[in-house]
Amino acid sequence: MKEIINLPVSKIEEEEYHINMGPQHPSTHGVLRLLVSLQGEIVKSLKPHCGYIHRGIEKMCEKDTYPQVIHLTDRMDYLSAHINNHAVCLLVEKALEIEVPERVKYIRTIMDELTRIQSHQLWWSSFGMDLGGLTCFFYGLRDREMILDIWEETTGSRFLQSYNCPGGVMRDIHPNFQKKVHAFIKTFKKKIKDYDRILSGNVIFENRSQGVGILSKEDAISYGVTGPSGRGSGWSCDIRKIEPYSMYGQVHFNEVLRYECDTYSRYMVRMQEMHESMNIIEQLIDNIPAGDHSAKMKAVIKLPAGEYFQRVESARGELDVYVVSDGNKTPYRMKFRTPSFTNLGVLDHISRGMKIADLVAIGASLDLVIPDIDR
Amino acid sequence: MDNDSLKARILEIVPEAQQEENKQYLTILVPAAKLHDLALKMKSTTDLAFDYLICLSGVDYGKQLAVVYHINSILQKHTVVIKVKTDDRINPSFDTVSDIWRTAEFHEREAYDMFGIRFNNHPDLRRIFLEEDWKGYPLRKDYVDEVNIVEF
Amino acid sequence: MTFNIYDFTSFNRWIDEGLNSIMSPTWALITEMAIIGIVFLLFYAVVGLFLVYAERKVCAFMQNRVGPNRVGPYGIFQTIADFIKLLMKELVYIKDSDKLLFNIAPFIVIIASFMALSAVPFAKGLHAIDFDIGILYVIAVSSLGVVGILLAGWSSNNKYSLIGAMRSGAQIVSYELSVGLSLLTIIVLAGTMQFSEIVEMQRNGWFIFKGHIPAIIAFIVFLIASTAETNRGPFDLAEAESELTAGFHTEYSGIKFAFFFLAEYMNMFLVASIAATVFWGGWMPFHVSGWAGFNTIMDYIPPLVWYFGKTAFIIWLMMLFKWTFPRLRIDQLLTLEWKYLLPINLVNILFMAFLVLMHWHF
Repeated sequence: MKEIINLPVSKIEEEEYHINMGPQHPSTHGVLRLLVSLQGEIVKSLKPHCGYIHRGIEKMCEKDTYPQVIHLTDRMDYLSAHINNHAVCLLVEKALEIEVPERVKYIRTIMDELTRIQSHQLWWSSFGMDLGGLTCFFYGLRDREMILDIWEETTGSRFLQSYNCPGGVMRDIHPNFQKKVHAFIKTFKKKIKDYDRILSGNVIFENRSQGVGILSKEDAISYGVTGPSGRGSGWSCDIRKIEPYSMYGQVHFNEVLRYECDTYSRYMVRMQEMHESMNIIEQLIDNIPAGDHSAKMKAVIKLPAGEYFQRVESARGELDVYVVSDGNKTPYRMKFRTPSFTNLGVLDHISRGMKIADLVAIGASLDLVIPDIDR
Repeated sequence: MDNDSLKARILEIVPEAQQEENKQYLTILVPAAKLHDLALKMKSTTDLAFDYLICLSGVDYGKQLAVVYHINSILQKHTVVIKVKTDDRINPSFDTVSDIWRTAEFHEREAYDMFGIRFNNHPDLRRIFLEEDWKGYPLRKDYVDEVNIVEF
Repeated sequence: MTFNIYDFTSFNRWIDEGLNSIMSPTWALITEMAIIGIVFLLFYAVVGLFLVYAERKVCAFMQNRVGPNRVGPYGIFQTIADFIKLLMKELVYIKDSDKLLFNIAPFIVIIASFMALSAVPFAKGLHAIDFDIGILYVIAVSSLGVVGILLAGWSSNNKYSLIGAMRSGAQIVSYELSVGLSLLTIIVLAGTMQFSEIVEMQRNGWFIFKGHIPAIIAFIVFLIASTAETNRGPFDLAEAESELTAGFHTEYSGIKFAFFFLAEYMNMFLVASIAATVFWGGWMPFHVSGWAGFNTIMDYIPPLVWYFGKTAFIIWLMMLFKWTFPRLRIDQLLTLEWKYLLPINLVNILFMAFLVLMHWHF
């Protein structure tokens, strides 16, 4: 009730009906509270209340050394853990002007794309579950297990691996790695057709998602909605194409763009991205060059004084790391511009005029991971 | 546009701007009063066309509080960093840019929450991560909290 | 006593004469009613338990997993364990709820489905009430269930429950039209509303084959509309777990929740048995008129097996719907009924009437 009293008077109207979705709610996928103001079934406005899982990562980074910071970045967007680590490692290597071996670049790119696929698999599972097709949950997670097994063998852990480190990767890939990745791609190419049959082509699903949650391209740019959500509105924002890093400059892949700007187009962008990721992996997996799995780094990493900025494309959108360094072994200020935080800002704008059931579909199509919002 | 012409254009709009040293992007320090004007012109002029605010960060430089804007143009494909600083640590305030780039709404709330920087004319300036009645601004360098922060 | 598994009328007469010879007619009547009541209660409970277990196994099979297999061989005692747990749960009293309505709501839902089930024939003679307006009675009585749902949502003093109850009320009231009209199509073909007559008329072929095109259309419409009536499958937004936690029965715990849960499965059984009786011949075996030898072979299988087999098949279809399709939104649901199913139904009745007049049925 306190929040309703503290709202500016112009925002409270007598006929409106406020309900809370969250923080404990099966659809918000994490602890996010949405204070929804309804008129019957129509959403009039929406206020997200975040901070339930705010751990002060940016403050902690000011006391941790750069290799220690990597472990904290895993826990921000836990479904793109590799990509988060990759961002910090790239920044450190660029600042120290270190050239990592080719092998490292190949491994990092392959791991990044596997991360992207498994994040989209989990997204698809929960999207189907939110809309009521409960079987999708089991199909998606069953296939994701193959990627988690691959990771467990190479990095020792299924989830939150902290595999990257400044200069390279922690340990070399397992001898079975290439074989297992090939097996995964072969199986998944068949299974992904099932996904399309259950959900993408289903008339009920199309009615639930077409025309729902329209986000125009100008709004997407103004709100900074990057990633598959932005590409579903026709904005070509893939950092892998704009500022290529690791091996992305040398592989051939298409940037998936759709122009309908609704939930269905955001959905189809992610489905197609899974195909593109498999394409990238296939180009790289057989050609990993021999070499070291890490460049030679000093024991204590000190970045020269100055400011550095690194952009990468995580599974949810553009992840940026901004470091202000004063020459010590810990960053003076480390700021993460996370995709989910920025994408949350647009949820209010695109859900106005939609119904509650659409709100669930829109939230699922934006693919928000709550620890990414709160950091 | 390359960095020199960008710098020239920005100096046309705000003659008091100063360049700071940075290997990556052109970094310009502008006085706080000219921020909103500059931002508006940067977005609306066609040869600058800065329509995408990548990142808005608050920084505590020890004596000064600053806000750093990384801004990019989709059409022209150039990036620029704008900084504004203030010496006032009791009541720091800048103009909001959320009417120009809507993404600034949430980012400015975060800067307010963590640093205490107020943004004039912001539509809804309240804390975003911490509770409404939290005392202090955690990311400032002089923030002391015996309960929650354990110093080794 | 002649216990004939193919014809229960002699069994009924034996019980009736036996009781009448022991006690006065009034007491015999009361005893008979008590026996029927107890048999039905037991049947209700057993079938409910079995259906819950079947749903879990069917759902697990479709989702590529095993389902309950720990409690008893192949997990058959799982539902009993679940119900014991529900019985032992604390009944949470809501502070500002309307106590009377809150308490009677689950009972209304159960009573409605109970009363409707009593009119359906299980085998020849195994029939609790044989009204001459059987179908009308069933439709009328099963509509009482919506009162229970609305009361449950209203009296819970909870915004989510209220939204769920309103949605459910709108949905059920709309789809009753389609259910009634699709059954009306078969009444036009049969010429009677009495259940036992309808089953007898299918002795030389089930109505779905006799009435070919309009009967098939009526069956499909009936299947869709009755899935919506029972709040199942793609029409379950009243209890959409991923949106409103549990909808109208959020605030119910323990035995009261068990009633709602049970009533949903029994409604599904009821609707499937009506479909089986009216469209697929009820307890009548599969006869083709003219093939006497084939018919005699079909007659060897007891009617009870036919009846439960058909009902089970339709229940399996309804479970398939639930676990495959995503959910419809409330406005899409109502659009489906009022703009698509209702006009199709009306045209279908005309078509069937035309068919009957021209004797173009089998």
